[in-house]
Amino acid sequence: MHAIDVHGLVKRFGEKTVVDHVSMMVEQGEIVGFLGPNGSGKTTTIRIMCGLLTPDEGGGRVLGYDLVTEALKIKREVGYMTQRFSFYEDLTIAENLEFVARLYELRPVREHVDRTLEDLGLTSRRNQLAGTLSGGWKQRLALAACIMHKPKLLLLDEPTAGVDPKARRDFWDEIHRLAAEGLTVLVSTHYMDEAERCHRISYISYGKLLATGTVSGVVREAGLVTFVVEGPGLERMVSEIARLPGVEQVAPFGATLHVVGSDEKLLSDSLAVIASRPGVTVTRGDTSLEDVFIQFMSKAQDNMA
Amino acid sequence: MSHSRFLSLSRFRALLIKEFIQMRRDRITFAMMLAVPLMQLVLFGYAINSDPKYLPAALVTTSQDHYTRAMVSALEMTDYYRFEHVVGSVREAEALMARGDVVFVVTIPSDFARKVDRGERAQILIEADATDPSVASGAISTLSTVASRALLRERGITPTEAEANRQLEVVVHRRYNPEGISHYNIVPGLLGVILTMTMVMMTSIALTRERERGTMENLLAMPASPLEIMLGKILPYFVVGAVQVAVVLIASSLLFDIPFVGRMWLLLLAVLIFVMALVLLGYTISTVANTQMQALQLTFFFFLPSILLSGFMFPFRGMPFWAQWVGEIFPLTHFLRVVRAVMLKGADMPAVAFEIAVLAGFILAYAAIALTRFRRTLD
Ligand SMILES: Nc1ncnc2c1ncn2[C@@H]1O[C@H](COP(=O)(O)OP(=O)(O)OP(=O)(O)O)[C@@H](O)[C@H]1O
Ligand SMILES: [Mg+2]
Repeated sequence: MHAIDVHGLVKRFGEKTVVDHVSMMVEQGEIVGFLGPNGSGKTTTIRIMCGLLTPDEGGGRVLGYDLVTEALKIKREVGYMTQRFSFYEDLTIAENLEFVARLYELRPVREHVDRTLEDLGLTSRRNQLAGTLSGGWKQRLALAACIMHKPKLLLLDEPTAGVDPKARRDFWDEIHRLAAEGLTVLVSTHYMDEAERCHRISYISYGKLLATGTVSGVVREAGLVTFVVEGPGLERMVSEIARLPGVEQVAPFGATLHVVGSDEKLLSDSLAVIASRPGVTVTRGDTSLEDVFIQFMSKAQDNMA
Repeated sequence: MSHSRFLSLSRFRALLIKEFIQMRRDRITFAMMLAVPLMQLVLFGYAINSDPKYLPAALVTTSQDHYTRAMVSALEMTDYYRFEHVVGSVREAEALMARGDVVFVVTIPSDFARKVDRGERAQILIEADATDPSVASGAISTLSTVASRALLRERGITPTEAEANRQLEVVVHRRYNPEGISHYNIVPGLLGVILTMTMVMMTSIALTRERERGTMENLLAMPASPLEIMLGKILPYFVVGAVQVAVVLIASSLLFDIPFVGRMWLLLLAVLIFVMALVLLGYTISTVANTQMQALQLTFFFFLPSILLSGFMFPFRGMPFWAQWVGEIFPLTHFLRVVRAVMLKGADMPAVAFEIAVLAGFILAYAAIALTRFRRTLD
């Protein structure tokens, strides 16, 4: 059984198709990264999967339950962390956790709450109003609250936005530990390093799923070549290089320029001119996931135009 | 562990505790829940009910004999009348009243002194502007005895009640609103009005607040059933309503001295059913409204006709037929009938059973609407 097995999901708001025939299969124990530009439909897709929105077309099963008719059962076994903090700001940390524990009928309530507080390191601040927590701490509280009932599937919508690097590292370690125990995770993110920590990624743009697979697979399939340009006066060369035939992206990285294109022959011919200048070197580099995404986005914009 | 689909005590408790904590933390709302009914009671109670004194009056008389003077000074002594105009013709007096310059016109006929001297039954006419009936009622009720006693004293007789009545007939015309309402009607009615306003208003933002703060998404993603959410939201306000009832009842008996002839348990039963209907109505509104602003507008959209057509402002039977029909759809209408019957007429259960059943019917209707309107999704 797949933890997520949905097909042909469509969601429209008025005239606008926000999710456009999205299908997704996620194995139990898998960590899948969900990526895509702002407004591409990630949150909407996740909401459909936990029964918060009804799809206009399509359907499928989540944890073996029908998406449309068995939403309540799905809710009981899914942990959903919303993009925007949506616990009660006028309740204390402990009260929020107690509320969640009682709603999921966890017993004894007190024990669950105490353990969660301890894991979070918030025991001493248990009586602080949740609304007075800093942004990063709110995220951590929300995450702790949604794994308290030991869900089988975690749907996380940008769980680490605004969280410091150490806490992010802890978070991902925790996610991998839980996944090893059989928990399935679908996590949306804008961070490339997080995408690389997923078993698999799915890329969505304007509601359409454009690519799915392992990070290296997605990079390979994009078929991009990257050259790294080094030398003096790089800043002045950027606009010049961008105009060369075959160049699709130019981006400064520290003291180097990354030049990306999909036609290797054309690109290397164009760059030969640059390479012949004194002090400038051009070498083959690795294409990064970010390069691929930027490529996706600029293509999508061309389609829109 | 068994999972009930519709109602689990644990989940219900979770929601209930959360609502109570939020209510307690929201100091201003909490204070308002108790202060507003008290304030309204005092404001409306006194403003509508008070026995207004020193009301402008006009005297219509053609003679200035000593009986007339005695009558005028006796009336002024009651503190109710202040004769600002002395005119010679009824037409002048009527113009004064139409303009609202005077509330009373006291007419003493030209043959008044002659009749009194002969020991015949004399008449004076008091016309009261009863557009606002409570204004005139106190003044009128004291009038008859005061006037006749004054008259007899003037003739040197120690008056007995019987003699006094034989001697003088005070003819009272209530102008503009001949029915008149007893001011006792108003305080029990106020109980209903206050509850209608505060209960519906507070519960009408129950869900919209969750929606506006973004907490609805989380709540819906967790396994709470619509019934649990509804009960968790309304029960705390039901308790608040009960406290308000106690406050209003105690205050009104202390401040207004309303005679209470009926059975307390019957009144409380009616009030609790009424409050339940109101919190459910508010909750129903919150399943429809998208924002708190809309919720408040809907509340007022409901509140105004409630006050106007329920028989609180105007006598129900005096309204046009269609208005009576519309009036029947407001819980306040039925509550007023029960509360007036029980408090003032001492009605027992069989007498008000029908109206109580209607109120209970509102509970079922509102709950059904709210549960079907409740959206389990964010669509
Ligand atoms: N309730 C709604 N009504 C109308 N349009 C909506 C609604 N919710 C989302 N949208 C639109 O759907 C599109 C996709 O939104 P969604 O929140 O799914 O994007 P996202 O991929 O999560 O973006 P982000 O990375 O910024 O979180 C956006 O254009 C948004 O304006
Ligand atoms: Mg989003």
